[in-house]
Amino acid sequence: MNNSQNIIARSATTTPPPQVRNDVEEVAKLIDVSKCIGCKACQVACMEWNDLRDDVGDCHGTYDNPRDLTAESWTVMRFTEYESSDGDLEWLIRKDGCMHCAEPGCLTACPAPGAIVQYANGIVDFDSNHCIGCGYCITGCPFDIPRISPKDNKSYKCTLCSDRVNAGMEPACVKTCPTNCIEFGSKKDMLARAEKRVGDLKARGFRDAGIYDPAGVGGTHVMYVLHHADDPNRYAGLPKDPRISPLVGAWKGITKPIMSAIIGITAFAGVIHYVTKGPKEEPEEAPDDATPPANRGGDAGHDASSGADPHSLGYDATRSSRSSSDAQRHPPGGDR
Amino acid sequence: MAINVTRRQFFKLGGAGLASSSLAMMGFAPEPAEASIRQFKLTHAKETRNTCTYCSVGCGILIYSNGDGARNVEQNVFHIEGDPDHPVSRGSLCPKGAGLLDFVHSKGRLEYPQIRAAGSDQWQRVTWDEALNRIARHIKDDRDANFVQRNSQGETVNHWTTTGFLAASGSSNEAGYITHKVVRNLGMVAFDNQARV
Amino acid sequence: MTNHWVDIRNANLILSMGGNSAEAHPVGFRWVTEAIEHNNAELITIDPRFTRTGAVAQDKAFIRTGTDIAFLGGLISFLIETDQIQHEYVLNYTDAALVVRADFGFEDGIFSGYDESARSYDKQSWMYEMGDDGFARRDESLQNPRCVYQLVREHYARYTPDMVSSITGIPVDTIDRIWRKIAATAVPDRTMTILYALGWTQHSIGSQIIRAAAMVQLLLGNMGLPGGGVNALRGHSNIQGLTDLGLLSQLLPGYMSLANAKEQDYAAYIDKRAKQPTVEGQISYWQHYEKFHVSLMKSWYGDAATEGNDWCYEWLPKLERPLYDVLDTFERMSKGELNGYFCQGFNPLASFPDRAKVTRALSSLKYLVVMDPLNTETSEFWKNYGEYNDVDPSQIDTEVFRLPTCCFAEDDGSIVNSARWLQWHWAAQPPPGEARPDTRIMGELFMKVRQLYLDEGGVFPDPIVNLTWDYRIPSEPKAEELAREFNGRALEDLTDEEGNVTRRANEQLPGFAELTADGKTAAGCWIFTGCWTEDGNLMARRDNSDPYGTGNTLGWAWAWPMNRRVLYNRASADVQGRPWGPNKAFIWWSSEQSRWIGADVPDFPVQSPPSRGQMPFIMQPEGVGHLFAAQSMVDGPFPEHYEPFESPVPQNLLHPGKERARNNPAARIFDGDRAALGRPEDFPHAATTYRLTEHFHYWTKHAELNAIVQPQQFVEIGEGLAADIGVVAGDWVKVISNRGFIKAVAVVTKRMRPMMIGDKQVHHVGIPLHWGFTGVAKKGYLVNALTPFVGDANTQTPEYKSFTVRVEKA
Repeated sequence: MNNSQNIIARSATTTPPPQVRNDVEEVAKLIDVSKCIGCKACQVACMEWNDLRDDVGDCHGTYDNPRDLTAESWTVMRFTEYESSDGDLEWLIRKDGCMHCAEPGCLTACPAPGAIVQYANGIVDFDSNHCIGCGYCITGCPFDIPRISPKDNKSYKCTLCSDRVNAGMEPACVKTCPTNCIEFGSKKDMLARAEKRVGDLKARGFRDAGIYDPAGVGGTHVMYVLHHADDPNRYAGLPKDPRISPLVGAWKGITKPIMSAIIGITAFAGVIHYVTKGPKEEPEEAPDDATPPANRGGDAGHDASSGADPHSLGYDATRSSRSSSDAQRHPPGGDR
Repeated sequence: MAINVTRRQFFKLGGAGLASSSLAMMGFAPEPAEASIRQFKLTHAKETRNTCTYCSVGCGILIYSNGDGARNVEQNVFHIEGDPDHPVSRGSLCPKGAGLLDFVHSKGRLEYPQIRAAGSDQWQRVTWDEALNRIARHIKDDRDANFVQRNSQGETVNHWTTTGFLAASGSSNEAGYITHKVVRNLGMVAFDNQARV
Repeated sequence: MTNHWVDIRNANLILSMGGNSAEAHPVGFRWVTEAIEHNNAELITIDPRFTRTGAVAQDKAFIRTGTDIAFLGGLISFLIETDQIQHEYVLNYTDAALVVRADFGFEDGIFSGYDESARSYDKQSWMYEMGDDGFARRDESLQNPRCVYQLVREHYARYTPDMVSSITGIPVDTIDRIWRKIAATAVPDRTMTILYALGWTQHSIGSQIIRAAAMVQLLLGNMGLPGGGVNALRGHSNIQGLTDLGLLSQLLPGYMSLANAKEQDYAAYIDKRAKQPTVEGQISYWQHYEKFHVSLMKSWYGDAATEGNDWCYEWLPKLERPLYDVLDTFERMSKGELNGYFCQGFNPLASFPDRAKVTRALSSLKYLVVMDPLNTETSEFWKNYGEYNDVDPSQIDTEVFRLPTCCFAEDDGSIVNSARWLQWHWAAQPPPGEARPDTRIMGELFMKVRQLYLDEGGVFPDPIVNLTWDYRIPSEPKAEELAREFNGRALEDLTDEEGNVTRRANEQLPGFAELTADGKTAAGCWIFTGCWTEDGNLMARRDNSDPYGTGNTLGWAWAWPMNRRVLYNRASADVQGRPWGPNKAFIWWSSEQSRWIGADVPDFPVQSPPSRGQMPFIMQPEGVGHLFAAQSMVDGPFPEHYEPFESPVPQNLLHPGKERARNNPAARIFDGDRAALGRPEDFPHAATTYRLTEHFHYWTKHAELNAIVQPQQFVEIGEGLAADIGVVAGDWVKVISNRGFIKAVAVVTKRMRPMMIGDKQVHHVGIPLHWGFTGVAKKGYLVNALTPFVGDANTQTPEYKSFTVRVEKA
């Protein structure tokens, strides 16, 4: 459900969202790691549905391909060979991707108005038209999920197939999953399913089986069933107790107008940079003046983009194709 | 680096564009949120039922193509996903099936008959008639020269062993049946399909 | 598959062995996960590697490649010696009680009747002892030392847990644990399903491994029951269909067989195949062979086929060698004995063993015709691709034709899945460029050849000029026309014994029971009869209802034979016709209706009451399942373990010092290829080739999405071997056999562990095979540069799963 009424949070925006239609049920994707065969059908279906084609890479000596999330790989399988102290070997395979946090750090951190939205059903979606490529969403994310594309300097991640969900369909990865290890439904139902699965795993001897729905981010709309919920880190570094970076949190209290004014100034600086240096690639534009841009808000994203300084939050600059301006030293606060 | 901004972009960047976006950022003039971030791409696509071409689970697939099948329109497949009605696959597809679209539109698809001449290092494009006439001639010449009606023991064998045929177990029963019908009646015995390996 | 994909969910135990079901058939594997979750089932996988199937299995064992018969033979012995068999089933539904001829024997690893010079057996002694009534003798007590039960017991007594462990490398306690779990399905209300694939077929003993599995299932009473069976998870989407349609060197459609040159007499040809019951009153359905054969001849030759000319028996090619299989053909080709070769959707350069030999063979052809949707390696075998295909085009005189074909999305038609379902599909777009459907290419080519014969005359034109070809557009036969043809129709009015018309001329036939041997019916593939009837195209049906909740959807598509979904399903009921257990009820005898009823179409005469004593295995002359393969196998009536032709172990531990019994004495090998086998001291590592879940053979390297998720060639080695040769994950290694080499990235993994075989440590090397020199994935080496030119005795399938290599740092 992603029509305008059902956006409940919007990055860098103070206007309260419409609240009349509030009976939307929260959705969730449940990934039962104990049933995952690591076939990567979800990776392929995700790329196919979303018209993405990542690079044909190399084998690095593991089954992980692509090796990491990218702007064109919104989900990847992470394979871990875990050997217990008594020599038992487990091959743990976890589908990694956006967790769709109830309290999304990316949205909180994002300075670009409307670049990140959260729907009432829980989906956290990126609107690339508004993205300025600053990379703060990555810093804000406790799971290290969003990636900036070197092609257009915009941030991308799993949308939970908001377009499909809006049309009453399940996300592409869920539908394709051969072993039913990925399921989709209301969060309530998925929690009930997860409980049942945990019960089954416990009966089969996995005493520490459990649900991964971390409270530190208000719970997630992508949950895992883990055979070793006591040690999620075993699954390729799934954080045990994820929280939004305190650096992002510190900005939360600062009043929006001040922040926005600063962004306005930096945006202007950015324009100067833009005009003198030019973009690395032609940004998306309407073909000519006679045709209004499809999204009027799109301009703001482009304008502000050039001012972001990824270095200020320790973000790896190589992920962003735009350089910085000193005026943009100030991470923005969110409005949630 | 040259200034890579059009005049139109410049004015938009420097003027109205910036003003409006700044205002928006300050929360004074919120933009209308988009009705949908990405349009649902299957609306009005033509849906065709098919079976996955890879392994023999035989998963049901739905092929979505542009064009509604009208006479003046050529269909073009743009998306493939699982058929939820199928009793085995129930909508799911493995990584091979989920990637079928890129098989259909593979850069490796052949589009024209070609011949590589003896000793040559390249292909030459030919018409279907040229190719099939030449192959038919090879068939007849080799068959007429080497067909065995009676073997050394005087037994009737009516076979042709100097040309062989490998059939495709990715093709349909109908293709397989007509292939068998033709191949056997030419007298071929060196005839197999992937079931042998 | 004897059963079907959805039926796997009815299993209580799933044995995935000789295959990597999760990776090769992920969507079929969904029913394994369903069984685990909803039927409280357990999955056991036995494989040389820790695979992705292993990642979700409840129990697993790692077995040295090529030693599966040792494991299964030991299991057979364990079941018998611990008396964990399904007694009623074994006594009544198998040949356990039948007595075997006194001259059958087994000594020093060789069965009676062996001719060493011909590397083949005379099977005369492999037969039941016939009584005075002409039927096989029986011993209900199972005590006769010559009864099958006692012979099985004796044969496998040698397969002790210690012996099995020393051959397979599986620790004794693991063997014991898994055998016990399997034995627990001997009770009537629990079933085990066995899932296998090329991991069993691609051995010089491949067919016998599968036989051993069938014997286990018979002893446990798991054949014909829901959640049971021996299930081949087949490879290509229509490999089942092309096998059914007989596109193999020795076959005709519907598992009928071509005559060999000695069979000059039509009546004798039919008699040999129309098998009469060897146990009184049994169905022995092949006794109707002539009806199927004549209907095929009428389908092909129409009015030209008459009783007077033996239905054109003479026109069919006769076999002069035992087989013209692909190994034989490429052996002959490499000696310059072939002039022409057609590859329709087949990539032999990549798919046949000993790639150097394949290149030599193709280079000796006068002409090669490749029909394919894709740019295959075979079509460019003559082109230099550097070290990936190091040839000199100027030295290759083969004229190569490359004809572009449609893919699945561009044609209509039916394909048969592993569960024998014929499913119809529809075209979604026109083909690219000038590509054409295979049906049109074959049609047009045949029209041109026929015209040449009509215009010029030529050698033996009879079958060419008389072949029935009544398609509306002769050069473009349509899928509908061809499907109707292989289903078959009445050529004249058919009548019953009283002369009433039961089927009018030209009507499509509803089933093979209506076929006749007098020329009144035509059917191109008798087992498909019923797929396109007067009710239309049943293959296109889409009713997925499952009224009995057994996963049997009889209204979805159409399955051969006669829409039966589980073969031998009469065995799902006891001798009295009652289900073995309420949870295994499938078909049963209804005394009210005087017929068999239930969730499936009975694979049995529906009105034959249990009291009549007809047994479930209707295709066998005995009516029962074969523990003793009288006549049907060429390399022995009992599976016996023999070492792979290239093995890290120098002798067969069951027959130490008996060189003749080291490898399968009847397997396919040519002298030149024997000379190309490597010695264990030069090539110490056990190698096995396989497929990865991200790819399909050599097709998906042309599909960008699949290239992205598994872009580059690699081999898998264990940490111990990696340390020995000084490589870490991501380094390049060179893998060398006595026939060639490949280079690939090393995946160094804990999932490959060395095994102790006797007192010797053996490392396995895993070699995925999906890369080549065409496509959008990274270029790679065709792995068949490594594999030996050795084939199974029964199927001639190459031994791709077990050979030896040496791995070095590249």
